[in-house]
Amino acid sequence: MTWDSSLLLLILATSLVPGLVIFFLPEERVSLRTTLNMAGAVVKLVLVGVMIWGVFHGQQYETRLPLLPGGLDLVLHADAESVLFVTLSTVLWLVTTVYAIGYLEGSHHRSRFFGFFSLCVTATVGVALAGNLITFLLFYELLTLSTYPLIVHRETEEARQAGRIYLRYTIAGGAVLLVGTVWLYDVAGSFDFTHRGVLAGLDDADRAALTAIFVLLIAGLGVKAALIPLHGWLPRAMVAPAPVSALLHAVAVVKAGAFGIVRVVNDVYGVEFAASLGVTGPLAVLAAATIIYGSLRALFQDSLKRRLAYSTVSQVSYIVLGIAIVGPIATIGGLVHLVHQGVMKITLFFCAGNLAETLGVHNISDMNGVGKRMPWTMAAFTIGALGMIGVPPLAGFITKWYLGLGALDAGQDWVILVLAGSSLLNAAYFLPILYVAWFKAPPDAWPAERYWGRRETAWALLAPPAVTALLTLAVGLLASAPFSPLQWARFITTQEYAP
Amino acid sequence: MGTAVANTPWCVMVILLPLAGALVSFLWPRRSVPLGLVTALAVPACVAGLGWQVAEQGVQRYAVGGWGAPLGIDLYADGLSLLLLLMTALVGLGISVYSSGYFERKTAAVFWPLWLFLWAALNALFLSADIFNLYVTLELLGLSAVALVALAGGADALIAAMRYLLVSLLGSLLYLLGVALLYHSFGSVDIAILAQRVEPSPAVWAAVGLMSAGLLLKTALFPLHFWLPPAHASAPAPVSALLSALVVKASFYILLRLWLEVFPPSDAAVGQLLGVLGASAVLWGGIQALRQARLKLLIAYSTVAQLGYFFLAFPLGTSIAWKGALYLLLSHALAKAAMFMAAGNILRCCGHDHIVALDRVAKRLPLTLTAFTLAGISSMGLPPSGGFTGKWLLLDAALYTGQWWWALTLILGGLLAAAYVFKVVGYAFTPAEVSHEVRVVPVRMEWTALVLALAAVLLGLGTPWLLALLDIGFPFDSGYAG
Amino acid sequence: MNSLLLYALAGVGLFTLGLYALIVHAHLLRKILAINVMGSGVFLVLVALGGRTPGGAPDPVPHAMVITGIVVAVSATALALALLLRVQAKTGRTRFPEQGNIILKEY
Repeated sequence: MTWDSSLLLLILATSLVPGLVIFFLPEERVSLRTTLNMAGAVVKLVLVGVMIWGVFHGQQYETRLPLLPGGLDLVLHADAESVLFVTLSTVLWLVTTVYAIGYLEGSHHRSRFFGFFSLCVTATVGVALAGNLITFLLFYELLTLSTYPLIVHRETEEARQAGRIYLRYTIAGGAVLLVGTVWLYDVAGSFDFTHRGVLAGLDDADRAALTAIFVLLIAGLGVKAALIPLHGWLPRAMVAPAPVSALLHAVAVVKAGAFGIVRVVNDVYGVEFAASLGVTGPLAVLAAATIIYGSLRALFQDSLKRRLAYSTVSQVSYIVLGIAIVGPIATIGGLVHLVHQGVMKITLFFCAGNLAETLGVHNISDMNGVGKRMPWTMAAFTIGALGMIGVPPLAGFITKWYLGLGALDAGQDWVILVLAGSSLLNAAYFLPILYVAWFKAPPDAWPAERYWGRRETAWALLAPPAVTALLTLAVGLLASAPFSPLQWARFITTQEYAP
Repeated sequence: MGTAVANTPWCVMVILLPLAGALVSFLWPRRSVPLGLVTALAVPACVAGLGWQVAEQGVQRYAVGGWGAPLGIDLYADGLSLLLLLMTALVGLGISVYSSGYFERKTAAVFWPLWLFLWAALNALFLSADIFNLYVTLELLGLSAVALVALAGGADALIAAMRYLLVSLLGSLLYLLGVALLYHSFGSVDIAILAQRVEPSPAVWAAVGLMSAGLLLKTALFPLHFWLPPAHASAPAPVSALLSALVVKASFYILLRLWLEVFPPSDAAVGQLLGVLGASAVLWGGIQALRQARLKLLIAYSTVAQLGYFFLAFPLGTSIAWKGALYLLLSHALAKAAMFMAAGNILRCCGHDHIVALDRVAKRLPLTLTAFTLAGISSMGLPPSGGFTGKWLLLDAALYTGQWWWALTLILGGLLAAAYVFKVVGYAFTPAEVSHEVRVVPVRMEWTALVLALAAVLLGLGTPWLLALLDIGFPFDSGYAG
Repeated sequence: MNSLLLYALAGVGLFTLGLYALIVHAHLLRKILAINVMGSGVFLVLVALGGRTPGGAPDPVPHAMVITGIVVAVSATALALALLLRVQAKTGRTRFPEQGNIILKEY
C-alpha cells in the first residue's frame, strides 16, 4: 500500500480508531477521552491539509477494495469536491469536539456519546471521499446508524420518539437510494464518479429508466437533504443535545444529502445530460419550494432551535438550487454555500446551545436582553444571522450573489424572485431575535442560570462560536484569497463545465 | 507437511471428530465441557484442512471404507458444501463457547453429547453424495435437534419438541417416499449418476413433489412454518441459535442440490410459486415479528421471514441469484445465532424477555445490545454486512431479469426488519416502569454474541473470496442456471 | 409382476392412511402410531418396487435401505414415546394445546 492509496484510509482511521477506543473507556477517564478526541481531530486536520496540498498539485489519491462481483469496488477518491466537503467536516469537527466537551461536562454516558460522535465523523468523511455510488451508499447508511444513538442520547420518551421518526425517514430513504443504485448499475454498468458524468458517454441508454432512476436517487438523498416533503425528521431531531444539532443536523447529515445530490447531478449524470433529460427543472422548482416553505415555517417557531432547524431546511436547498440551475455561475454559488451555510449555521446552533446551557433559555420569547448578559455569544449569533440574511460582505451574501447572477446567466429569472423573497423572510425571522436580544430589557431572573465567575460562560462553550463567527467573516471578506471556499468552488466548476 | 495435509481424508475427519467427541463426552460427563470445547476447536481446523484440499485439488470425492457408489457411501465436497461446512464450523464454535458459560453442570452433561452428535450429522449431511444418505443424516439431525429442544424441560418446550418431532418425521417420510420412486426409476441413489439419467416422467414428478413438500416442511417455508416459532423460542438460547442458524439450512441445502442437479427443469410456474411463498414468508414473518411481545418469539419470526428470502432465488434462476441467496444464508446464520445469544444474555440478566419491559439493557449489557444491533444491521441488509451483499445480488438479478416484484419484496422485507430491530433497540435504551433484579452474565456469553455479529456485519468485505469458493465445482451451471 | 405392483399400491395406501390419521387424530399416541404406519407404508413401497429386476432376483439395495429405515424409525419412535411420557407428566394431558396458545413461561 503506497502513501497515495493509504492516505485516505488514514484520514478515516483518525476518527474511527479513537471512537472505538472511547467506547471502552470508563466514564471517569475524562482527560484520556479528551486527549483521544482532540488528538484524532488534530491529526485528521493535518492529514487533510496534506491531502489538499496534494490535490492542488495534481496528486491522485485513491484507495480501492473489491466489494461486489461485477467490478464494483469500494473506492475512496480525493477530487476537488471531496476536498471541499472533507475540509469543512474536519475543521468543524475539531471545533464541535471542544464545544461538546464543554457542553456535556458532568452528564451521563459521555464515552458512549463521543464514541458514536467519532463514528459519525468517520461516516461523514467517508461520504465525502466516496469515489462511486456504492461506497457513498455504504457510508451514507453508516451515517444514519451512528447518528441514531446521538438523537436518543438523553433517553427520554421524547428522544425515543424523535429517534423513531428519524429512522423511519432515513431508512426508507436509504432503501429508495439502494433501489436506484442497483437499477442504475443494471442500466449503466458502472458508476465511478467522473467529471461531467459517467452516463454522459452512453448514448443508447433507456432515457425513461434513467429519469426514473434520477427521481429515486434524489428521493433517497432528499430525505437527509431535507427537501420537502421529506424534511419532517429534522425539526424533531432538535431534541438531541446542542453539539449534535450543531454538527450533525446543521452540517454533517444534511450536507451529506446535499453533497449526494451534487454528486449525482455532476458526477453520475453530468449536468448537461441531466438537463437534456428534463429533470433539472423540476429539481430547481422543488428546491425553490423548500427554500420558501422552510423560511415560512421558521417564522412561526418560538423555540430557537426549531426556528434554526427550519432555517436549515430552507438554506440547504440553496445548494440544490445552485446545482439544478444549469450554469457554471449558479453551480459555484451552490457549491460554495456548502461551506458557508455550514459555518454560519453551526455558529447559530452553538449560540443556541450556550443560551440553553447557561441561562436555561430555549424560546425566543425568553430572550429579552440576553445581549447584555451574554454579549460575546450574541455577537457571534448576530454575525451568523446577518450572514444568513445575506448582508455583505458576509458569507451568505456571496452565495446569493452568485446564485442570482447564475440564474440570470442561465435564463432562469424567476429564481431572483425566490432569492429576494427568501432573504426577506430570513430577515423577518432573524432580525426580531436580534432586536429582542440587544434592545429589550432583561427579565429579573433567567429560567435556570449557571455562573462562571466574571466570564459569561465556560471557555469551551465560548471559543467555538467565536471561531466559527470569525470564519464566517473570513470566508466572506477573504473570498478572493487563493484557498478560499469560493476559489475552490470555481476550481470544481471549471472541471465540470470546461469543453 | 503439505503432503500430509493433502493426503489426510479431511472429509471423514470432519464427521468422525465431532462424533468421537459426542461419544467421549457421553461416557465422561464430568469433563463434558472441556471435551466439548476441544472438539469445537478441532472441527474448524479440519474444515480448514478440507478447504485447503478443495482449493488446491478441486472437488473431492471420497469413498468411505473403500466401497464406492452405487452401493457404498461416497462423500463429496465442492464449493457449496465447503461454504456450508465453514458456516457450521464458525457458528458451531461460537455456540460451543457460549454454551460453556450457559448451562449448569447437569444440563451440560446432556447438552454436549447431543450437540456434538448434531454437528456430526450436519457435517455428514453437507458431504453426502447420495440421496439416501441425505435421508439418514437428515433424520439424525432431526432427532438430535428435537432432543435439544426438550432440554429446557418446561411444558412449552416439551410440547414444542413433540410438535417438532412429528413434523420432522413427516417431512423425512415424504422425502423417503420420493427417494424410493427415484431409485425405482433410475436404479441409483447417487446424485451424480441421477443427474445424468434423470428424465421427466410421472414417477419423477411425483418424487419431486413429495421430496419438495417434505423439505419445505422442514425448512419452515410459509405456510408450513407453524412449528418453528414455538420450537425456536422455547428452547434454551444456544439451542435456539443452532436451530435457526444451522438446522433449518440443512433441508434447504438438500432442496437446492436436488433442484440444481437432480430434478429435471420444470417450467417457470414452479419457480414463481416458490418465489411467491418466499415473498409471503418475508412479509408475514416480518409483520408477525413486529407484533410479538417477547424477544425470542420476535427473533423466531424473523427467522421465518429471512428463510423466505432464500426462495426468491428460485424464480430468478441466474447464478448471481443463487449466490445472493447463499450469501444471505451465510450471513443469516451468523446474525441469527448472535441475536439468539443476545436474547439469552438478556434473559439471564433480567429474568424475562418482554420487549416493553427491557430495563436499560443498553447500560447493563452494552456488548449484548451492540451485538443485537449489529446482527440486526445484517438482517436489514445495510452495508457492509453480508446481508447487504446478498440483498444486492438478488436485487441485481431481479432487475436484470425484469422481475421487479421480487425487488419490491426485498425492500419491504428490509424495512420490516428495520422496524422490529429498532423497536427492540429503542426499548433497550429507556428504563422500564418496574425494575427487575439483575443477574450477572458471564463475559464469554457477551463476547461470543458480539464476535458472531461482527462477523456478519463485516462479511460483505470478504465477498470476492467467498464467491470464488462457490465457483469450485460450480453446480450452478447444470440444470437451472441463467 | 402384478402382485408386486399391488404391494406397492398398498404401501402408498398405508402412507395415505397414516397421513390422514396424523392430521386428524388429536391424541399424541395415535399420532405416533400414524407415523409408524406411514413408515411401514414407505418401506413396503421400497421392498415392492425392488422386487423386480431383469435378472429375476430381488434387488438388495432397497432391502438395505429398508433395514436402515427401520432402525431410524425405531429410534424415532423411542424418542417420541419418551417425549410423550414427559409431556404427560408435565401437563397431565396427551394432546396439543389449542392453536394460538403459545405461552412461554419465564425461566
